[in-house]
Amino acid sequence: MAIPSYATRGERIWHYVFLGICALIFLFLVGPLLIIIPLSFNAEPYFTFSEKMLSLDPAGYSLRWYADFFTSSAWLNSIKNSFIIGIASTILATILGTVAALGLSNRHMPARGAIMALLISPMIVPLIISAAAMFFFFSKVNLAQTYLGVILAHTALGIPFVVITVTATLSSFDTTLIKAAHSLGANPTRTFFKVVLPLVTPGVVSGALFAFITSFDEVVVVLFISGPAQTTMPIQMWSGIREQISPTILAVATMLVLLSMLLLTTLELLRRRSERLRGITPE
Amino acid sequence: MSQSPSVPLTTADGVPLKTSLRRAVRRSKVKAFLLVSPLLLFLGIAFVMPIVEMLWRSVDNPEVSTQLSRTVAALEGWDGESLPGEPVFAALAEDLREGQEARNLGLLSSRLNYEKSGMRSTISRTARRIGRVEPPFREALIEINDTWGELDTWKLIQREATPYTLSYYLAAVDLQLSPTGEIVQVPDHLKVHVGLFWRTFWMSAMITGLTLLLGYPIAFLLTNLPLRHSNLLMILVLLPFWTSLLVRTTTWIAILQSQGVLNDVMVALGVIADEARWQMIHNKAGTIIAMTHILLPFMILPLYSVMKTIPPSYMRAARSLGGKPFLSFRRVYFPLTIPGIAAGGILVFILSIGYYITPALVGGQSGRFITNYIAYHMQTSLNWGLAAAIASILLFVVIVFYMIFNRLIGVDKVKLG
Repeated sequence: MAIPSYATRGERIWHYVFLGICALIFLFLVGPLLIIIPLSFNAEPYFTFSEKMLSLDPAGYSLRWYADFFTSSAWLNSIKNSFIIGIASTILATILGTVAALGLSNRHMPARGAIMALLISPMIVPLIISAAAMFFFFSKVNLAQTYLGVILAHTALGIPFVVITVTATLSSFDTTLIKAAHSLGANPTRTFFKVVLPLVTPGVVSGALFAFITSFDEVVVVLFISGPAQTTMPIQMWSGIREQISPTILAVATMLVLLSMLLLTTLELLRRRSERLRGITPE
Repeated sequence: MSQSPSVPLTTADGVPLKTSLRRAVRRSKVKAFLLVSPLLLFLGIAFVMPIVEMLWRSVDNPEVSTQLSRTVAALEGWDGESLPGEPVFAALAEDLREGQEARNLGLLSSRLNYEKSGMRSTISRTARRIGRVEPPFREALIEINDTWGELDTWKLIQREATPYTLSYYLAAVDLQLSPTGEIVQVPDHLKVHVGLFWRTFWMSAMITGLTLLLGYPIAFLLTNLPLRHSNLLMILVLLPFWTSLLVRTTTWIAILQSQGVLNDVMVALGVIADEARWQMIHNKAGTIIAMTHILLPFMILPLYSVMKTIPPSYMRAARSLGGKPFLSFRRVYFPLTIPGIAAGGILVFILSIGYYITPALVGGQSGRFITNYIAYHMQTSLNWGLAAAIASILLFVVIVFYMIFNRLIGVDKVKLG
């Protein structure tokens, strides 16, 4: 944001003040995430920096909370559960959502607006309401406290993300490409796999990532409908924060921050790929 | 145009073009719908049916009519002026005896206890002795517990014999039915829900306002920077967006608690004394700070996508026409960003009133939301009807805002990341 050459002195001052304000807001956004990373290496069982840490004494730092995490059967079991539930519900949500998005992007789709509103609703309805509702219903049909129950619930919560990302990709899809493929002699199946799918894949993959992270991070519904056997990582964290505040949670939190950085990078690469495929080159 | 109307256009195989076209459109419609139908079916079962079940449960009232069926039948035609006669008491004794043998009086006594406190112990005490009760039942039952001699008890049973009730909804807004059937306020010390609804709304409004205040400059900056820089800064917005909710809540606990980082810094700087550390968490402040942080990206992203569409030449034009910077901003730029403010505002507000985890972890007593009461009634007080009624009211509010959002912006315009 360059200052125009005609700016007055007051405007110049305001410009720097504005940049300063923005820097503070960015600090508010990211600072909290960065501060827990060093805290997780605390040798003491506290949530704050010790004197030794501040004086950069190596004795103030340790990996004990990470060791604690990797030797705890409760934590490892919860990770396993999170992955089982997350992967299963992602696969389901991605298949159902992608197929539906293909239908929704058809311009003859009847009642498109109403159906879209319904498909997005699991994202809008507060989680506590979905959780209470699923608890009532799943108890009735014997799905409460089962893996299947949690997987179905998370599939429903992940679907809006897949539908949104895939329809967005399809809406900018150039349908003349299909006609071109047909005119060059490709049959519909070949056209789908050779032309449509490669262009839609980035949307599908980012939708799947959204669905996975939704499941991986979801607490409320699991809290209501799972039994002790289906304890997931967020549940383990939730009870850790509520009951005994152990810095193991900080170690977990740090690893999750790193995971989200990894995820963000993946999404950014996907976005670039998708833009490149469509011939929009970023500057 | 010399085409005669009696000779319609046809396709090569002689079918009129119109018919052929209609057929093609119909086929396309069916195909599209078939693609969507598996998902509709799935959501119908896994999401819509649970919601319907919850709505149904908020008015469902089976306890009295099924477990006191004989009593209810015997009460038919009772005038409500004086105590019912011996047949009603005999029916009650029979109902309670059967219930005691089947050990299923718990739901009934809880249900009646919501309406009239003390009914739980009345029923359990009577049921325990019901085996030794001899006729005349009327005297015997009143002897066991004189609640049975009160007219209100019988009016209550008669009133709650309907299969559906609005009493959970009344309780959800701190009202109840008086014995005579009028809607009255609950006693002041039992009023919790209306206050919590209002607190949820005004705290959410405040969080929405704060995210707007913090999000607007950031969105503006991101819009006006060259793409290379703004992409980099965008990552700083998306990183918290992608980070686990529990991580973000945990980190605010580490920062804000009285032995936490922020207090330590202030003590070290001499801003506050060591013994006068601020309590910034487990209260309203904790909820507001943490939720503003969590929801800020949801404000920035819609604002950014609207600001992106405003041509920078508008501001230059305003300036060249003599507008001072502030005036140009207020009269030209700001009005153009209102759709973004509306989108971000509604989105943050909807998300905020439904939040449960963060208020539960950092809200303490004073920073709780109505959602925390839904959980309380689901898990602790086990008054599921009331939990369902509160949840239904909240759902209604959210749906209203969702429809406004949909009308203003359109759900399919929602962008992620």
